[in-house]
Amino acid sequence: MKEWLKRFFAGDLDPLEGLADGAEERDSTREELKIQRKEFREEVYRRAYMRSLDETRQKGFYAFYSAIAVISCVLLIGVLLFTVANLPEYGEENPRTVEVVERYVEKGVEETGAVNIVAGMILDYRAFDTLGESHVLFTALVCVMILLRIDKKNMRTDMEDYYTIRDDVYFDISGDSIMRRVGSVILPCIILFGVYILLNGQNGPGGGFSGGAIMGAALIIFSTAFGFKAVDRILTTKVLMIITFVSLSFYSFAKGYVFFTGANGLENHIPKGTPGAILSGGLILPLDIAVGLVVACTMYGFYSLFKRGSIGHD
Amino acid sequence: MNMTEIFRVLLLGLLIICAIAVNLTRNLLQAVVIFMSYSSIMCMIWILMESPDLAITEAAVGAGISGILFLMTLKKIKAEDASSGEKKPGEDEGKEQDP
Repeated sequence: MKEWLKRFFAGDLDPLEGLADGAEERDSTREELKIQRKEFREEVYRRAYMRSLDETRQKGFYAFYSAIAVISCVLLIGVLLFTVANLPEYGEENPRTVEVVERYVEKGVEETGAVNIVAGMILDYRAFDTLGESHVLFTALVCVMILLRIDKKNMRTDMEDYYTIRDDVYFDISGDSIMRRVGSVILPCIILFGVYILLNGQNGPGGGFSGGAIMGAALIIFSTAFGFKAVDRILTTKVLMIITFVSLSFYSFAKGYVFFTGANGLENHIPKGTPGAILSGGLILPLDIAVGLVVACTMYGFYSLFKRGSIGHD
Repeated sequence: MNMTEIFRVLLLGLLIICAIAVNLTRNLLQAVVIFMSYSSIMCMIWILMESPDLAITEAAVGAGISGILFLMTLKKIKAEDASSGEKKPGEDEGKEQDP
């Protein structure tokens, strides 16, 4: 202001110089402003109307949705309760299945060589079921790998992922001395127990799936206690894929051979062994080992893919 | 009604309670823990029904590995402390970077 007054008194500045232009401009901007305000108000009204329309539509949808959810839930509960009420009682002899059960119980040991009749059923009589289950696990591992695997091509470098990775490092407890000490004591026992269950599937409770799950859990604890680098030395993506492929193809070929040559009372050239020994049950033990390897690899693969987006060295 | 019968009824009641509670909890971490306890109870029921094969599998897969996978997923989607409303360090900075 002072500067302006000085210049005015020195005759340097025309006081009316910018006034007229400014008035013109201001008039024009006022008209424009009026139009803009009107447009803005119309836009606000239009959007409020649309939002109320959306809200009413959503309310109707939510009411419909909750009604349908309640109805389908009640129907499902009714169907399940009806089914449970019509099941045969626990331990009752059901005439529709009693022949198969008699056959399994009476001739199971003789025909399959397995003392544990469950193992004889799932790996001899109904071996194709177990083959399908193993393939389901393999397919699940492949799907998880498609969804969660991180490699150089899809490495995400935006900030959010940087924080995710940092959180992983922050919550990573590998190198924790308690985990290491407890792990070094308890891990051999867990792995030994898994191998025992795996190899004794034909003589006692257990078998491929349970033993493999226990060994997979042992691998998970191992990677938690000693870090992924320790597991990477023995189990990488390539090794895991080779193990899975060899196990599944061995299962398919062996069982296919037995079904083609040994069905309908033909000889299948595979000795049964004495029931009760570890090397008994014909093909049951190798099939158990194959299923157990697939399950252990799959469980560890799930954990590793969930945790860090890869299985190792790929 | 001997002891085994009472134990069985008790376990079945706990099973139903767990199944309802896992639906009613708002905290996802608690839901995972209840789910794992459901699997442990189911494992005991399998043993009572004289099928130890299923019991071993249930204990290893239901109570062990699937629980671990659920916890990993909760960590991935950052839902561990969704109910407590506590913010993790670095979450605000990440939002500032977003235009």
